[in-house]
Amino acid sequence: MNSTLETRVADCHPASVPDYIPVPELRDLQLGRMQAVVTRAWQQVKLFRSRMNDRGIEPGDIRSLEDIAKLPFTVKTDLRDTYPTGLFASSMKDVVRLHASSGTTGKPIVVAYTREDIDVWTSVLVRCLAGCGLHRGDIIQVAYGYGLFTGGLGAHYGAEALGAAVIPASGGNADRQIMLMKDFGVTAMCCTPTYFLHLIDRAADLGVDLRELPLRAGVFGAEPWTDSMRKRIEGASNIEAFDIYGLTEIIGPGVGCECRYHQGLHIFEDHFYPEIIDPETCEPLPDGTEGELVLTTLSKQAMPMIRYRTRDITRILPGTCECGRAMRRIARIGRRSDDMLIIRGVNVFPSQVESVLLEIEGTLPHYQIILTRTQGLDQMEVQVEVTPQMFNDKIGALQGLQGKIQSALDHVLGIRVKVALVEAFTIQRSEGKAKRVIDRRTS
Amino acid sequence: MKIQQLSLFVENKPGHTAAPARLLANEGIDIRALYLADTEQYGIVRMIVSDWKKAAGILEAHGYIAKPTEVIAVEVPDRPGGMADVLGALDGSGINIEYMYAFPYPRGDQAILIFRFNDPDAAIARLKTAGINVVAGDDLLKK
Repeated sequence: MNSTLETRVADCHPASVPDYIPVPELRDLQLGRMQAVVTRAWQQVKLFRSRMNDRGIEPGDIRSLEDIAKLPFTVKTDLRDTYPTGLFASSMKDVVRLHASSGTTGKPIVVAYTREDIDVWTSVLVRCLAGCGLHRGDIIQVAYGYGLFTGGLGAHYGAEALGAAVIPASGGNADRQIMLMKDFGVTAMCCTPTYFLHLIDRAADLGVDLRELPLRAGVFGAEPWTDSMRKRIEGASNIEAFDIYGLTEIIGPGVGCECRYHQGLHIFEDHFYPEIIDPETCEPLPDGTEGELVLTTLSKQAMPMIRYRTRDITRILPGTCECGRAMRRIARIGRRSDDMLIIRGVNVFPSQVESVLLEIEGTLPHYQIILTRTQGLDQMEVQVEVTPQMFNDKIGALQGLQGKIQSALDHVLGIRVKVALVEAFTIQRSEGKAKRVIDRRTS
Repeated sequence: MKIQQLSLFVENKPGHTAAPARLLANEGIDIRALYLADTEQYGIVRMIVSDWKKAAGILEAHGYIAKPTEVIAVEVPDRPGGMADVLGALDGSGINIEYMYAFPYPRGDQAILIFRFNDPDAAIARLKTAGINVVAGDDLLKK
């Protein structure tokens, strides 16, 4: 790594001070915050209180960090089942923002933020960006979607608070993204890694050599990516690529991020307490062992999450990072313990596709999701086997059906999907069950 | 008066229409008339066969979706204006043709028009009144 003065200045951003807190102090801070958040959740959120009551525990039983294991887990369906405000611990008058992501079926998952929550979120994003060597004077283009999705506004607030000049380009329109990058001398991009790959390809088509632009860093997240993708990105654009981690249920992007040593992602554990559990037995696993990441928000006001099962498979890396941060690191996320797919940064569950088909058809036809990547962009095709009930010998009726499935999927998933009607029994079955997802995306 | 036509869903890919045709051929099923409606992704093979129940059984046993649909066959003189006269008989009736196709009749100088109407019974009555010959299924299958 290049330890220039510039980097050291960036690392010493005032917001980054908690990164270097001595470990014993960090543990004390975590315990105090954990006790407070559990108390708050117990007092304000019926679901948490009833689950704790079922286990015969109260907030006072949390006397050490290890006592967290006594607490019940929270899962994604809890957010759906309590939609819209069942998990809010603040009244709406104290809520200043809502965000949402698609749930496992139908209803979205909605999260709320108080003023303090936004401040915490902004501060962790500043710590992420500072850790990537960015600072005032940088020109940061945010090409995550702005809106209900946490990516755009999350990165925006962080970049602005860092003191950088922010270009809120939002997603899409690659030609305009490249024009802005070029004309304003953008030094850092925030977007999904696959979208950046798309920009690389598009820039080549337009005759723009990204290596000759001032661009020097990319902060990429919202989907898992690999080291071979990192090499491709860095080689084609001559930037340093950073992996940023987060999820809507916890806060959005900024739960963790790589520093310039790229040895895993530091979790900002003064706000997000990480555990690794065995996804089968739910038993806690020691640092260094791979399992499912479970996060507890230590300072969230509007919507505390207690032991939220992320379904992301990783491990806590033992030892400390050369950068000197006290924040423990997780390995980059490569897979999940459930069947969630991440397509262009959007969470998609096969069960969502099933519920749409079931609703339209009345019965569930055999279907298959085919994922491919064209010019760096994920494409999702849903192949549906035509059943005798669906089949109509008028072309218009079949096209109408296809269009209906397509628009229902677009609506529920929030992404553009291609629908193909295929002949019966053509989708390969293994042991009678059709394989639901064929992922042909390669790095 | 109504004839059972067999409709078959096939993907628009090489060989996808040949395979069911071969299945029917192997079982001695004669295809008397056929029309293929196509889109970029898939097509619908509509055919009138010598034994539609047997044909449907064979196709379904091989995993195809084959559906019988009632259509109407009309005999018209195979000369300019033959079809126009038939269609003219439906003018002002509000009866809609959902699809149609035509083939020459092997006997004499007649052609056959196959229709799927939104209201087949009304269509039959209307055509008969106009003196147009609606052909029975058995006649159509005779060679």
